Amino acid sequence: MILLRAIGLLLLLTMASLLPSSAAEADLRAIIAKFATATNFSATEAVVRELAASGDPAVERPLSALADGELYVRKGDSQVFVGKDGAGGVELLDPLSGKKAADAAKTDLTKIKVNNGLRRTIRDALGTLTLRAKDAGVRLAAATTMFKTPDAANIDPLEAAIAVETEPAVKAMFEQARAATVLVSDKPEADKLDAISVIAARGDRDALSLLTSVEASAQGAVKDAAAGTIGRINSTLALWDAGQNIWYGISLGSVLLLAAIGLAITFGVMGVINMAHGEMVMLGAYTTFVVQQVIRTSFPGLFDWSLVIALPLAFLVAALVGLAIERGIIRFLYGRPLETLLATWGVSLILQQAVRTIFGPTNQEVGNPSWMSGSFDVGQLAITWNRLWILVFALLVFAVLLYVMKRTPWGLQMRAVTANRRMAASMGIRTPWVDALTFALGSGIAGIAGVALSQIDNVSPNLGRGYIIDSFMVVVFGGVGNLWGTLVGAFSLGIVNKFLEPYAGAVLGKIVVLVLIILFIQKRPRGLFALKGRAVEA
Amino acid sequence: MRGNYSTITKMFSAGVIAAGLSMSAPAKAADDTIKVGILHSLSGTMAISETTLKDVMLMLIEEQNAKGGLLGKKLEAVVVDPASNWPLFAEKARELISKDKVAAVFGCWTSVSRKSVLPVFSELDNILFYPVQYEGEESERNVFYTGAAPNQQAIPAVDYLMSADGGSVKRWVLEGTDYVYPRTTNKILEAYLKSKGVPAEDIMVNYTPFGFSDWQTEVSAIKKFGSAGKKTAVVSTVNGDANVPFYKELGNQGIKAEDIPVMAFSVGEEELAGLDTGPLVGHLAAWNYFESVDTPENKTFIDDWHKFIKNDKRTTNDPMEAHYIGFNMWVKAVEKAGTTDPDKVIDAMVGVSVPNLTGGYSTMMPNHHITKPVLIGEIQADGQFETVSQTSGLVMGDEWSDYLPDSKDLISDWRAPLSCGNFNVATGKCGGKGTN
Repeated sequence: MILLRAIGLLLLLTMASLLPSSAAEADLRAIIAKFATATNFSATEAVVRELAASGDPAVERPLSALADGELYVRKGDSQVFVGKDGAGGVELLDPLSGKKAADAAKTDLTKIKVNNGLRRTIRDALGTLTLRAKDAGVRLAAATTMFKTPDAANIDPLEAAIAVETEPAVKAMFEQARAATVLVSDKPEADKLDAISVIAARGDRDALSLLTSVEASAQGAVKDAAAGTIGRINSTLALWDAGQNIWYGISLGSVLLLAAIGLAITFGVMGVINMAHGEMVMLGAYTTFVVQQVIRTSFPGLFDWSLVIALPLAFLVAALVGLAIERGIIRFLYGRPLETLLATWGVSLILQQAVRTIFGPTNQEVGNPSWMSGSFDVGQLAITWNRLWILVFALLVFAVLLYVMKRTPWGLQMRAVTANRRMAASMGIRTPWVDALTFALGSGIAGIAGVALSQIDNVSPNLGRGYIIDSFMVVVFGGVGNLWGTLVGAFSLGIVNKFLEPYAGAVLGKIVVLVLIILFIQKRPRGLFALKGRAVEA
Repeated sequence: MRGNYSTITKMFSAGVIAAGLSMSAPAKAADDTIKVGILHSLSGTMAISETTLKDVMLMLIEEQNAKGGLLGKKLEAVVVDPASNWPLFAEKARELISKDKVAAVFGCWTSVSRKSVLPVFSELDNILFYPVQYEGEESERNVFYTGAAPNQQAIPAVDYLMSADGGSVKRWVLEGTDYVYPRTTNKILEAYLKSKGVPAEDIMVNYTPFGFSDWQTEVSAIKKFGSAGKKTAVVSTVNGDANVPFYKELGNQGIKAEDIPVMAFSVGEEELAGLDTGPLVGHLAAWNYFESVDTPENKTFIDDWHKFIKNDKRTTNDPMEAHYIGFNMWVKAVEKAGTTDPDKVIDAMVGVSVPNLTGGYSTMMPNHHITKPVLIGEIQADGQFETVSQTSGLVMGDEWSDYLPDSKDLISDWRAPLSCGNFNVATGKCGGKGTN
């Protein structure tokens, strides 16, 4: 009897726990079905709000699908599905369970349109729903959203979430989000002052943004506290801004260094005014494009390695073209700078138009591998990965080049030929071949610079045009014939440029830098690090 | 020394000959054809945008010939390459009109190239169809502007951002490339925003050079400007090539469209082709045409284009639609006038109405601008735009902006008695001054 009763109770309990959920599911499905009849954005938004109001975590799937533009209505029966692009059309998944329901062709489906306003509403709604998510990252994202768009109604769920949170980083973010919501609620003044001090500890732009709007609406002590905190945050941020300018300068410097370092060899060491240098950079970028194209179609798994694979190929392609230019044209023009300039200018036009004919005039898409995308924070400084890698890469290329020039027999021969060609020849060095290989080396370096620059710039036939003037500027400023000069020149030009930019604007900043260089060259015609000795006069 | 100079000269002349070969079009003179000039850069920096327009013109001419030509004659395209070199535009235009005797010219992309050919067209009395959105403040008898004037693109775009749908934006960054179109457009927009009660401290204007590639400082300045507790948006008149690094930097620094949307006037399907648009979903563009517009006319146009260019990955864009409209208008006007004589065709053009690709009709107005719908689109992950807002009716191009003190009293009407491009209604005289 007792057993029977216990079983009965158990059954009852299970039913009780089952029933509301299935009832809730039916309700949710009914709400989701309304997406099919929503004809404009505000109607869709009403459905989203209704879904969010249900408070059921299960609505996360359809809502995030909607935000990603993956929620579809089937034209035949007006059913709503989550659609994932599959091989032969769209794979339809159940919006709540996520189980595969059917396949369909794209033409049989209507996508539910979203705009930025809807995406914001969905993001806010998901924020409250995912506070208890299993993944700490999702919880953190939820807290960040609630911090950015504080809503007084969120205080209770946030406090409940704080009580059970174990991850310290997430907990801290929850507390900041709570502080933000307290500031927009009608809590007593003391609570608000506490909240301001919690937010002040953040000390970043988001905190500033929040406090500015608080200051605008608050009264009395809260207003004063907010104003005081804003002042403090602003003065700290001013320091970070200076740091940021230096970082941007270093980063611009690394790009300049990459672009100029090949020229430091062909122009600096050999004295050839090579106007086709930018086109070598472009060839490197196009090699990257071709490599990625092959990888995309044949070995999609290798995409993250595409740049590493492209590096040696870009070096080879550019070096071979460089070799051909040297053997075919430049060697007849040594010692005649004006004619070299004109001839290489012609070569640059021919290369550009050739690339335009082969690949078309439009930009080509070169993707960023995952390790080159996004950014990370150091204090209040956002450092983007692509810029950091380019800096590392530029320094590495510089180090390798320096080693080749200073520590290898080939480097010795190169320097010997530049210093005194006839003497070098009589010592048994085959000077024409040293010339050719040096030019090929400089071109090849430009080619690998192209691999890096393809990550931050357009890959179009005009890519090289943008870098040629800057490259010459760096080499001349740093001191012709001196690799260290190129390094120092690139970084100082980068930093000066980026310090001027916030005050003078990009256009005027560039002009000021140019004028400064002209004045500098007047004073020191041989640049920062002038070569001494007989080589200069030769 | 002498020998070397002659080598150089030889090399150069070889280059010139080679260039000449690639540029000069089939120049066989035949009296039974009507010649149409195509003046778009096929080399140099603008080739990226203009080559497509040359191709679309060739396609339209081929289609017209398949329909039996015009006035019983075949059309013949004369293609020249002004090589993105502004003075060369004027030279090539003169060559087209005086030497090749074309009946009309379709061409130019930048305002500076248009300004450079204007004197040639009025001197030799020919017709230019200009297919790109521009800054307005101009109306010439010999030019028909089939692209958007500021009130057909910039102003509706800003209106959208100010509306609840667009996010009720209160703070504005006007970011542009440093040349005439962004400067004039931003001047108009600044005046417009101020007339809507936006205080001066909520507007930030910034310019960068052509082909600018290091956007770190600018993007972080936008971030900083956007953290003042008010909804902020960027209105971008950044031109062509500089857009790719700009959007890449926006994506990398984590500026999302939900927080700070960027509304662009010069970014079309073509520009997005060189970009991974995943991180850019939701950023906006304002045009009068998107490839994604779902109408039967547009579908036919895209299919024809893919067939003509033999590549079904090639996109279509707004200036291509402008040439489509302009070419059909010219054909209709020539049929109406019964001759290709430019004077008669210019008079016949006003009032001509042809279907556009977005499901309506565009009409040539007396000010030589056309009526168009204005579409606001959001960038999608597949590199296309999805229309999120569309003006209820057609918008008539307003050449002289009502928001600039210098031009608000000016109107243009090229019909018979008035026949004036800058009539000042305040003084009642023809000949007022605009801003440029």
